[in-house]
Amino acid sequence: MRARAAALQLALVAAVLFVFWYVASNTAQNLEARKIASGFAFLAREAGFEIGEAPFLAYSAADSYARAILVGLINTFRVALIGIVLATMLGTLLGLARLSRNWLLAKLAALYVEVMRNVPLLVQLFFLYAVITENFPGPRDALSPLPGVFLSNRGIALPLLAPHAAHAWIGAALAAGAVLAWLLARWARRRQALTGQPFPVFAAGAALVLGLPLAVFLAAGAPFALAWPELQGFNFAGGANLTPEFATLLGGLTLYTAAFIAEIVRAGVQAVDRGQFEAAYSLGLPRRRTMRLVILPQALRVIIPPLTSQYLNLTKNSSLAVAIGYPDLVSIANTTMNQTGQAIEGIAIIMAVYLTISLSISALMNWYNRRIALKGARA
Amino acid sequence: MKARIAIAAAAAALASGPLHAQSTLDAVKSRGYVQCGVNTGLAGFSQPDSRGVWKGLDVDSCRAVAAAVFGDHSKVRYTPLTAQQRFTALQSGEVDILSRNTTWTITRDTSLGLNFVGVTYYDGQGFMVPKKLNIKSAKQLNGATICVQPGTTTELNLADYFRANRMSFKPVVIEKLEEVTNAYFSGRCDVFTTDVSGLVSTRGSRAQNPADHIILPEVISKEPLGPVVRHGDDRWFDVVKWAVFAMLEAEEMGLTSKNIDQNLTSTNPAIQRFVGATGDIGKMLALDNRWAYNVVKQVGNYGESFEANLTPLGFERGINNLWTKGGLMYAPPVR
Repeated sequence: MRARAAALQLALVAAVLFVFWYVASNTAQNLEARKIASGFAFLAREAGFEIGEAPFLAYSAADSYARAILVGLINTFRVALIGIVLATMLGTLLGLARLSRNWLLAKLAALYVEVMRNVPLLVQLFFLYAVITENFPGPRDALSPLPGVFLSNRGIALPLLAPHAAHAWIGAALAAGAVLAWLLARWARRRQALTGQPFPVFAAGAALVLGLPLAVFLAAGAPFALAWPELQGFNFAGGANLTPEFATLLGGLTLYTAAFIAEIVRAGVQAVDRGQFEAAYSLGLPRRRTMRLVILPQALRVIIPPLTSQYLNLTKNSSLAVAIGYPDLVSIANTTMNQTGQAIEGIAIIMAVYLTISLSISALMNWYNRRIALKGARA
Repeated sequence: MKARIAIAAAAAALASGPLHAQSTLDAVKSRGYVQCGVNTGLAGFSQPDSRGVWKGLDVDSCRAVAAAVFGDHSKVRYTPLTAQQRFTALQSGEVDILSRNTTWTITRDTSLGLNFVGVTYYDGQGFMVPKKLNIKSAKQLNGATICVQPGTTTELNLADYFRANRMSFKPVVIEKLEEVTNAYFSGRCDVFTTDVSGLVSTRGSRAQNPADHIILPEVISKEPLGPVVRHGDDRWFDVVKWAVFAMLEAEEMGLTSKNIDQNLTSTNPAIQRFVGATGDIGKMLALDNRWAYNVVKQVGNYGESFEANLTPLGFERGINNLWTKGGLMYAPPVR
């Protein structure tokens, strides 16, 4: 029996390897026969095309294809990370709103969820993009709801803090404050476990996190100067600019994914037995502490695994950027493929990158899931 | 759109054995129609009319090949392709001909595994801006936001031009022609750039008021557009090449779809050879001897195609006139 099973498995592995080998050799042979260039040497060649948004990494048309693809990767990360944070916040609020005793709030949240998750994301993106580009005026007649803030069909121009030497110190103070607050919370928890004495952790923590940077800011002579956006020629220069493409993609991904997250949060909270609420109340825990100490830790166990797949979905959906012209990884890899004609290499890069991102998110979320899972429970 | 590239890549990976086993001409003949890759919608070059019939200069190249091979110009099926899909579709065998305002460049001719059969339209890249911006020259475009399609020579020429003139710009890169022109007309971009033919066609067919947009005088590149076939199938290469040349040669000889029937009995030896009354040119191409007659009778000569498709949109013949009339159009002799 054992031997037969082993032989079967061996045969299966051999078959899989054979398929891989067959595909690879056939591809190489066909490319050769059609005189199509192959290999990754093109990555070092000059890209020759411009990219609309290249934050954090300077890029010009004289840079290599590899750098262009890296810019695309950064753009994908940027929209996915911010999207995940915003969608989680909005989704949690919506999920709790659906459970609210306020009839209107609950129904509105339900309506939102049903509409958003039943309209394809691509359609929502086209809609949002059209709303932004068709409805906002050109840069010369930009709306200015606040001084220094300009809304136009070129996006939102915002004033940006002018760089100053003290900013690094303020950042360091913020980090130090956060670490101190975390240590304080740990100490307070241990003290309460030992002696039963509570400690005002929240107030003290907030004082540390906000107070330290503020103290540094004041000590440095309160350096506060803004770089204002100004209309120069065709567009706004100076300050920060949020392009319509980025805003559309971020908005679309956030609004769409939040609808799914809302349902996951609702399911998670409802999965906690009513008895748990009643037990906590009968112990005299106030409502907020009941939520924080009793309900949420149990709900999270239900929430985290499906939430992970929503994060993965959001990241992968960001490739719809192609349709509205946001220069994400897929968009730039597509252009690269077309300029070099090396589709197989380009697709391989896209697949490898998304696989890496997705497996990293999975690993992180699984680690978190294990941390909060019931100890001793079967996985 | 990604899916199509992925499928094409997968097809290239899976197709069993090297393709040159069967020639494209035999495959087309046994299939009964020509599979032709065209633009998703560029007025005057390839666009379906109100009844869904594809019309345009690029479409006529495909119809000419069908007329030459089958004696029936309608035996064509069209695959609308975006700029990004087009080469993969041809490489993987999804289409037999790519006739989609594609610029002939050395990179495409060599490392992409393609063969350009000739030039059906001599073009160059230009810029279109709204008249109200009051811009007279491309040199004034520093800092502008420019709409452009990805995967084109346009995208590269644009970057080159701005680099050479030490100017900067913000590209908005959208694949679908409809989407990218919408972005321009809604004001998302200050400028739309593509081949001048594409600008004229877009302005004539999509602008609410064509007079509100001007095309700047600078033409920043050479863009010879023509049909493309795969590397390594010389017989098919010859058929497509000569179907296209036949339209030019017919115009030069004064043969049109209207008068070619009278010319069947012409005593001019060049015309006799062309219409297949004498000689065996058709046999050399492995086609019917009346192949060129069929092309001209059913599709028309190059000038007729130009007048039917491009003249109504405001195109001038210009350098696309015959060499005998001061243009660049020149077909090798049919003999």
